Amino acid sequence: MADVLAVPLHATHKHDASDNYLTNPRGLKSWLTTVDHKRIGIMYLWAILAAFLIGGVFALLVRIELLTPKTTIMSAETYNKMFSLHGAVMVFLFIIPSIPAALGNFALPLMLGAKDVAFPRLNLLSYYIYVVGAILGITAMVGGGIDTGWTFYTPYSSTTGGAVSLMTFAAFVLGFSSIFTGINFIATIHKLRAPGMTWYQMPLFCWSMYATAVIQVLATPVLGITLLLLIMERTFHIGIFDPKLGGDPVLFQHFFWFYSHPAVYIMIVPGMAIISELIPTFSKKSIFGYKAIGFSSIAIALLGFLVWGHHMFVAGQSQLASTLFSFLTFFVAIPSGVKVFNWLATMYRGSISLETPMLYAISFLLLFSIGGLTGLFLGMMSVDIHLHDTYFVVAHFHYVMMGGTVIAFLGGLHYWWPKMFGRMYNENLGRIACALIFVGFNATFLPQFVLGSRGMPRRYYNYLEQFQPLHQFSTFGSWILGLGLFMVAGNLLASLRKPYDAPRNPWGGRTFEWETQSPPITHNFDFDPVLKHGPYDYRPEKLPPRPGVLSPARPAGGHS
Amino acid sequence: MSHDTTHAERAHGGPKIYTLVLVALLILTFITVGASYVKLGSGMANVILALGIATVKGSLVGLFFMHLRYDKPLNALVLLVSLFMLGLFLLSCYTDFETRDPLEPARLKAPVAAPAPAAAHGAH
Amino acid sequence: MSESALTAPAPRAPEHSGHDSTLQHHFATHEQQFDASKIGMWLFLGTEILLFGGLFVGYGLMQAAHSEAFVAAHHHLDKRLGFLNTVVLLVSSWTMVMAVHSASKDRRKATVRYLIATLACAAIFLCVKYFEYGHKFHEGLLPGMYYSHKGDAVPNQFIFFSFYFMMTGLHALHILGGMVAMSWVLRKAVRGEFSSTWYTPVDLVGLYWHLVDLIWIYLFPLLYLIS
Ligand SMILES: [Cu+2]
Repeated sequence: MADVLAVPLHATHKHDASDNYLTNPRGLKSWLTTVDHKRIGIMYLWAILAAFLIGGVFALLVRIELLTPKTTIMSAETYNKMFSLHGAVMVFLFIIPSIPAALGNFALPLMLGAKDVAFPRLNLLSYYIYVVGAILGITAMVGGGIDTGWTFYTPYSSTTGGAVSLMTFAAFVLGFSSIFTGINFIATIHKLRAPGMTWYQMPLFCWSMYATAVIQVLATPVLGITLLLLIMERTFHIGIFDPKLGGDPVLFQHFFWFYSHPAVYIMIVPGMAIISELIPTFSKKSIFGYKAIGFSSIAIALLGFLVWGHHMFVAGQSQLASTLFSFLTFFVAIPSGVKVFNWLATMYRGSISLETPMLYAISFLLLFSIGGLTGLFLGMMSVDIHLHDTYFVVAHFHYVMMGGTVIAFLGGLHYWWPKMFGRMYNENLGRIACALIFVGFNATFLPQFVLGSRGMPRRYYNYLEQFQPLHQFSTFGSWILGLGLFMVAGNLLASLRKPYDAPRNPWGGRTFEWETQSPPITHNFDFDPVLKHGPYDYRPEKLPPRPGVLSPARPAGGHS
Repeated sequence: MSHDTTHAERAHGGPKIYTLVLVALLILTFITVGASYVKLGSGMANVILALGIATVKGSLVGLFFMHLRYDKPLNALVLLVSLFMLGLFLLSCYTDFETRDPLEPARLKAPVAAPAPAAAHGAH
Repeated sequence: MSESALTAPAPRAPEHSGHDSTLQHHFATHEQQFDASKIGMWLFLGTEILLFGGLFVGYGLMQAAHSEAFVAAHHHLDKRLGFLNTVVLLVSSWTMVMAVHSASKDRRKATVRYLIATLACAAIFLCVKYFEYGHKFHEGLLPGMYYSHKGDAVPNQFIFFSFYFMMTGLHALHILGGMVAMSWVLRKAVRGEFSSTWYTPVDLVGLYWHLVDLIWIYLFPLLYLIS
């Protein structure tokens, strides 16, 4: 026992669960002025879920419009705005802050054994900047909308009407919220790890968050200046992107993708972060290849900066540049592959329990693999010329963004929900919802690969009759997907009406957050967090004696 | 606690060094301005010289005024990585610009005359 | 970290964990807190470099595409005023670093004096910029479609002025921001809140100020001295 935590054993609850960060102190004002990372994480969570709802409704409407080859429910102009807003809301208001700012804010300091992030007030500021950016974005939506797509390509975006300037300004503001989160996480990981925790004893979630934060800090400012330049081009016609004035529209794409390709990793690396926690916890086995997974996150972050030109193969980029970018793109597949194989090796001969979070993790492995591998098709120049701007691209990035990040986000949400709110949700409903989402997702997006390879261009309002069956299939799939997501919402929200019933460690996790009470007290730990064992140490002799929850059937693999 | 000493140790440099650095910076500024009046072969040579001097000045500011010389190396690493990313960005864009097919509209040195289709053969 | 702060189940009392009001509750030592603030500031400076960097890249590529126009346009700038502002900023960097040094040595009066000197330099810089801008406005040397200067031998000079105004304008905004931050630090210094144990705000504002100077060190030759 000397080896286990220095802390109260789980039997002796010093604090009653009703004294926790959610209730102490009470009152709206105490929430709005809080500097507690957990509360800020929760406020971010509600905000991004609202954004997800808005973006999701746009998506469903777009899919309904595509039920027929001609007009179904909306005009072409409305349709253009609808898919642009779907993209902009999902990218800037939902996915980018989803895992880092909501779940990461809550979990990262807990996992490090810290009492808060390094700069709590900056954290709160980041939240309010997000809110301001969201309000600006909604104003832009109501006051004219945008029809440029979320990428704002010039010269169309510098000449079209609508609220493009306001929307780009909103994205500019949101960028600062992302930067501040990134700065906070880097400083926190460098300076606030619990005594005794070396870099190699951090949970892998923290490695991935670190990699994400590096991208956020290095890439986002370039997006900021890009959007400012676009606003300047629209208001002053400064002549940098407009060919009529001597500018270069392809330069805009360079600027945009210098941020936005790495931004893909701001979205997916946090997803990988969660998977790296779920798989060992629910396999009751030490992670295979700890260092390989940790460093592959850093490798993805850095390689991600070298490949942005693969979005511009048919945009007029020089052949030499295209060749280089295509060549480099293949390298990004290596660290991603390293991770997938290490996760699989972790599961191999583990005692896997299929609780809801683990079901999401397994869905992630399947869907992300499809998303990642189809990315290689698109990274190859010759193939891309055929597939560029078709539904194949749409299917590819939805497999990565939704099949990867959103699925991982849902897995993480179910994983930490008992810790966040102190309640267990209905496990069976959770599993059914996960299955519905998996089926609905594939039904929505698998047909789009076929559509795309047959030549259906993305963003089109009308299409050829021959594409209709697949489009209809996809739309029906989106309804299943929507149903699954509403079930998740219902299941999780219903649990909040119950009294606190979550134990400290419902899943048998080995990281710090499972050693404090659920929900944690305001100062996080009711004991001195000092590291006594590695984050995935499932050797039986190291486990606390807790019958029923954690009883590894057999010795776990021997990777420690 | 022992923070007094750790803090005092950090505060390296000192007025003498700072003043010397300032003098060096002022002299270098004079040299840049002076050099801009002299034509050094091609225009490129002047630009390289001016930017070279700026880099020396920048390094002096970073090393002494910003204490990078005395700090933990992590801070300098942040600076260097940012500069590296910037260099990468510039270099990649420049590679594209310089190797594009010169007939593409985006490469034309003058504005495309009419708002007609961008492929207009930019005669100017 | 004191025992009481860790074990007390009391509601959080931000920033006041017992005896030392300058040590925030989630840090164990002043050194840890100082290092964290410093790395945070450097990361922020990194983002500033990349923000301005985007403009530098745009400038470089447009300069390559329209080099005659850029060379012709830069003759409208007054090298002497640019030089004057460079000297002013360099001196202000020196006064700033002296302010930091004085704060670290508990010399409150000197800190205040150097901070005021830095603020004065910043004000001079902005005054000079104001006269420069006024002159450009008068001549119609304005960005983009507002460019109305007559009798140009070389076309497209408006692109140079687009960049001139964006780069110097963004830089001037940073100077203004720096002045606000410095006034805040000055107020703290006057009240004697700093000591050799804790003078982090002076140090961080100093770093920021040097970066603003550093950016100008590049802007000056690029805008005023190209040929
Ligand atoms: Cu990409």
